[in-house]
Amino acid sequence: MRDHFEAVAGAIGELRQGGEDFLANYRAEDSTFIRFNKSAVRQPGQVREIELGLSLIDGRRIAEETLSLSGGVDEDRGRIARAMASLREVVAVSPEDPYLLVSETLANSERTIGEALPEAGDVIDAVTEAGKGRDLVGFYAGGPVFTGFANGRGQRNWDEARSFNADWSFYAGGDKAIKTSHAGFAWNRSAFTGAAADAASRLDILTRPPRTVPPGEYRAYLTPAALNEILGMLSWGGFGLAAHRTRATIFLRMIEGGAQLNERVTLTEATAAGSAPSFQREGFLKPEAVTLIERGAYRDCLVSPRSAAEYGAATNGASGSEYPASLDMAAGELPMADALKALGTGVYVSNLWYLNFSDRSGGRLTGMTRFATFWVENGEIVAPLNVMRFDDTIYRMLGSQLEALTEERALLLDPGTYDGRNLDSVRLPGALLAGLRFTL
Amino acid sequence: MFEEIERRFRRLAPAVDHCTLRIERRREEKLTVERDAPGPRRALESVGGMVTVRHQGGLGYAATSDCGESGLADAIARAIDLAALSANRMVPGFPGPVPFTVDETYTGPQAQPWAVVPLADRLTMLADASKRLRIDERIADWGAAFWSIDKEQWFLDAAGGRIVQRFHYLQPTLWASASAQGETQRRTFGDAGMRVGGAEVLDQLGFATAPERVAHEAIELLEAPNCPEGAMDIVLAPDQMVLQIHESIGHPLELDRILGDERNYAGTSFVTPDMFGTFRYGSDLLNITFDPGVAEEVASYAYDDEGTKATREYLIKDGILMRPLGGATSQARAKLPGVANERACSWNRPPIDRMSNINLEPGEGSLADLVGKVERGVYMESNRSWSIDDSRNKFQFGCEYARSIKDGELGGVVRNPNYRGISSGFWRSLKGVGGADVFAVAGTPYCGKGEPNQAVKVGHATPPCLFGGVDVFGGA
Repeated sequence: MRDHFEAVAGAIGELRQGGEDFLANYRAEDSTFIRFNKSAVRQPGQVREIELGLSLIDGRRIAEETLSLSGGVDEDRGRIARAMASLREVVAVSPEDPYLLVSETLANSERTIGEALPEAGDVIDAVTEAGKGRDLVGFYAGGPVFTGFANGRGQRNWDEARSFNADWSFYAGGDKAIKTSHAGFAWNRSAFTGAAADAASRLDILTRPPRTVPPGEYRAYLTPAALNEILGMLSWGGFGLAAHRTRATIFLRMIEGGAQLNERVTLTEATAAGSAPSFQREGFLKPEAVTLIERGAYRDCLVSPRSAAEYGAATNGASGSEYPASLDMAAGELPMADALKALGTGVYVSNLWYLNFSDRSGGRLTGMTRFATFWVENGEIVAPLNVMRFDDTIYRMLGSQLEALTEERALLLDPGTYDGRNLDSVRLPGALLAGLRFTL
Repeated sequence: MFEEIERRFRRLAPAVDHCTLRIERRREEKLTVERDAPGPRRALESVGGMVTVRHQGGLGYAATSDCGESGLADAIARAIDLAALSANRMVPGFPGPVPFTVDETYTGPQAQPWAVVPLADRLTMLADASKRLRIDERIADWGAAFWSIDKEQWFLDAAGGRIVQRFHYLQPTLWASASAQGETQRRTFGDAGMRVGGAEVLDQLGFATAPERVAHEAIELLEAPNCPEGAMDIVLAPDQMVLQIHESIGHPLELDRILGDERNYAGTSFVTPDMFGTFRYGSDLLNITFDPGVAEEVASYAYDDEGTKATREYLIKDGILMRPLGGATSQARAKLPGVANERACSWNRPPIDRMSNINLEPGEGSLADLVGKVERGVYMESNRSWSIDDSRNKFQFGCEYARSIKDGELGGVVRNPNYRGISSGFWRSLKGVGGADVFAVAGTPYCGKGEPNQAVKVGHATPPCLFGGVDVFGGA
């Protein structure tokens, strides 16, 4: 694919005219997708696609077109030529863009990550074997994802990630399940089998009669997967400079009202430690780390080139959405093995689901427990809990009520596949809360 | 292009039990003016095809952005390989193929083609709207955007069938956020306003007169008290009913959820197969249809993506649950009747059970008639927050804009309106359904589901509705 990317970049360079500049964002994937239900195959498939995001720039005028490519150099040269001609017409009638900012520093980069990935047949064998005699439902996505950037100044950035993400649930009945994922950059069947066996070994407890507890405030332990759902809501317009300047951020009371989170909370966009590419669509490289919240206080924003131009700030290579791609939460001091004991009596939340804002300005979130949530007494799991709704503020959950973070952290690779396979990741601990408000 | 790919496919079609090719070309344009600054015009031309093979009980799909001779042949070979690997390992009850041989074309309406509106005019409309949104220095964020989509799809069966469908969608949006003293309130226009059509959609939705209203309402909200708390009646405007129908009727009725396919991602359903025909889902006033025939609604079509002809069906009649949202595959697995709703978001994703147009049929009366029945309550517009459990039962929804209701009259504006409940109990509290004069067509392009993930366009048409004894509350 690298050769094809270089040919594409070369073709664009040859087709430009006069003082035109360009940005070329190349993305290709060759993905195996296999869906399972009832420990059997539901939909097995493969997707090969190449997409080029091409921006043509003339002075301060810019237009962008994203087009599918075939992989054949001659065919694609024709498609690019047609796109360039169309873009040229659009640029000619477009107004100047006051916030256009592209990298003027030549910064090449290259990364290749990942090793051997399984054939589809191996995945089907491994998953159906793991599900034998059980109710397994889940999804495997794997294969290479290629990301490239080129511009008219000759910059080249290339990222080649061969990864897999097996994400599945063993159901004990009804809505009670153990959800697990096994993801990485080198498939090892015995590691998958071990992870599946470990998940299955935790099923028995879900067969106990479930409890329902009345709405109210309870002590709670959030696993890293559950806490990730809350951090996902903070990431949704929380850390971007534009969201701060337009007062849309969930951190409004921190930046205007002096509110703080618990001093245990330090959040960093840790690009160097994550799995996402280190460059972005206007050609800027991302720094190794940007500290967003330090010991409970708001520090830096993610700044896209567009926001940098609009607000007179320096960009730190954020994407246009100013959404973190490699969020890292600092570890605490609670050994994960002691989480139940530290919880004492309360709710152990394995997974949260479908969070949204009850009051964004007020920092208030709601969401549901899902899969495996347990009622715990004196450090022992008593029974699975029926699903419950929480509704609480970040200033309590990550502030006054945050009692401890675990010393171990989990690296979670994003299983999302909406616009192609996502390469984002998070690294975060579990969290012990002195009180979490449940409402329904 | 399509004819050439079709000839290629028919020449390459393999000797298997069943083989189809779904080709799609989707052209999009996004224009945005944000805080009075024009952003770059963003266009998309996505072209590709998906080959699906069924053979000896197995299934395989292979998608490619290379529909040339070698690319298509390669996709066919990959689909055959996957079908061989999955033979005798598919989910219980997975049905055999049903080839189609029809040759039909469906084109959605577009009275005033969007493409003939010059780009400069489109940008001028947005720039004008943007300027009109900044009515006060407390407006901290504002903008206007057009999203247009032109889609052509050819679905070919090696047995000879050809279904061609063409659609043009347009969604105009506006937004204004007002902020002061640690509080921000946002008001939008068009978030649920995607429709099939061209420039006429702007007039249908009232785009030209909307900017000042949107901005004034953002300021009103900033100055308003918090929404009252307690059990009370609520009247929901169509642009909130859309979300209520979507989350607490549409999703739980999806048959693939009921069959368990979505349990690892989008969730399951509190609805079980034995409920159809007897379960009281809502009050007698509740009538829900699967209606692919409302031409301007975003999910109107003639055939679904497995080649099943789409017809209007009642899902809930007089409050009783009648049939699920399941396409031919799920119907065979569950042994239940269903609808033509196996849909894919694009050429690179396989069809699964989706909502299409799920509508709440009109009753009688105006909005004022509904409000007139309320002694104490809240009227709410425009969804801003949605959360529901994975069985689609316990929900909490929030709206942008609300007004109190007292003694049958609309009162002052209140902010941060939220309400929560449990799906079936909530629909049984339906006390009033507006008539045909206040029946509104809405649509969203963001219904997410499936592994791999897919976001599809879903339509909902509904009048405003009145519910009794709902748990209502405000902000932090």
